[in-house]
Amino acid sequence: MNTLSKIVIPIFVVFVIFYGFKKRVSIYDAFLDGAKEGLMISFNIFPSVIAMVFAINIFLDSNFVYDVLGFFEPILNLIKIPIEIMPMALLRPISGTATLAIMNDIFIKFGPDSYAGRLASVLQGCTDTTIYVLALYFSSIGIRKTRYSLPVGLFADFVGISVAFLITMLFF
Amino acid sequence: MVSYIWFFLIVIGILFSMFTGRLDIINDSILTNGKEALDLMLSILPIIVLWTGIMKIAEEAGLLQKFARLMQPILSRLFPSVPKDNPALGYIASNIAANMMGLGSAATPFGLKAMSELQKINTKKDTASVAMITFLVLNTAGVTIVPTTVLALRIAHGSANPSEIILPGVIATFCSSIGGLLLDYFIRKKNRE
Repeated sequence: MNTLSKIVIPIFVVFVIFYGFKKRVSIYDAFLDGAKEGLMISFNIFPSVIAMVFAINIFLDSNFVYDVLGFFEPILNLIKIPIEIMPMALLRPISGTATLAIMNDIFIKFGPDSYAGRLASVLQGCTDTTIYVLALYFSSIGIRKTRYSLPVGLFADFVGISVAFLITMLFF
Repeated sequence: MVSYIWFFLIVIGILFSMFTGRLDIINDSILTNGKEALDLMLSILPIIVLWTGIMKIAEEAGLLQKFARLMQPILSRLFPSVPKDNPALGYIASNIAANMMGLGSAATPFGLKAMSELQKINTKKDTASVAMITFLVLNTAGVTIVPTTVLALRIAHGSANPSEIILPGVIATFCSSIGGLLLDYFIRKKNRE
């Protein structure tokens, strides 16, 4: 399993470069073009990262999570869910940047290879921000009646998050 | 929506620490926050840049289109209301492919094009069509094989094996998609659409 997870990315990279070379794409120039786009993307998300790290840190440093949710801690511990994860699970469908900031905080406090760190990593990758995606996509074509899309999207998130808890427990 | 969350996080945080006497900690937090955001940004930026570079090669070599063609048979089953030769299916496939490779922001333009194609065959222009909802469920479940930012941040914090979370992540995201699609399917059946 360990080796498998370590070869996915190198194999993918060599495959893409090989395929591009075979198709006579000027791979170096293509890479530079893409990298430039990546820089622009990073530049564009920077303000929201600052905004979210700011808000999330104030929230987490206030100890609100520990003092208020601490009540549930024995139950959560029973199913091996670290309490630090709860705000992340709750915010996942709403803001990807907010959960990124929480994950960063967990990495700083416990390290990426701790149980909480691994769980946070799986959670961050397992679903997209449903509410943001729905708002963006529907408003782009002027749809106002979104029917059952939100409940179904949130249900998918719920399944993903539950499986993330379960699978992390089984894997690590 | 995000405005409310932002408001809630900051106001709860500051008021709560006022009552519990942790205001000096919040004071430090506010003043050092910026650096943490910058560190976070610096640790994910190189991988985002590198990965979009690699994926640009894949795009120009036609790998995304090839993948889209492979998915065509599955997609026409998931979207029975969309004609087989409709360009929407191609955009949907490219959107999914880009999402899988961890290129959320490259996926968005394809997704928006898919939506506008679906809108052309939508009968009620202010109401979401069945196909749109199926597409968005698939999209928000977010099938991701290479979670670029997560990997970058794990590396930055010195993980011994940054990619060990890929497989559990794939399983979780896959279950999320299947769960969403199943519920979508049952609702469609119940509504006889």
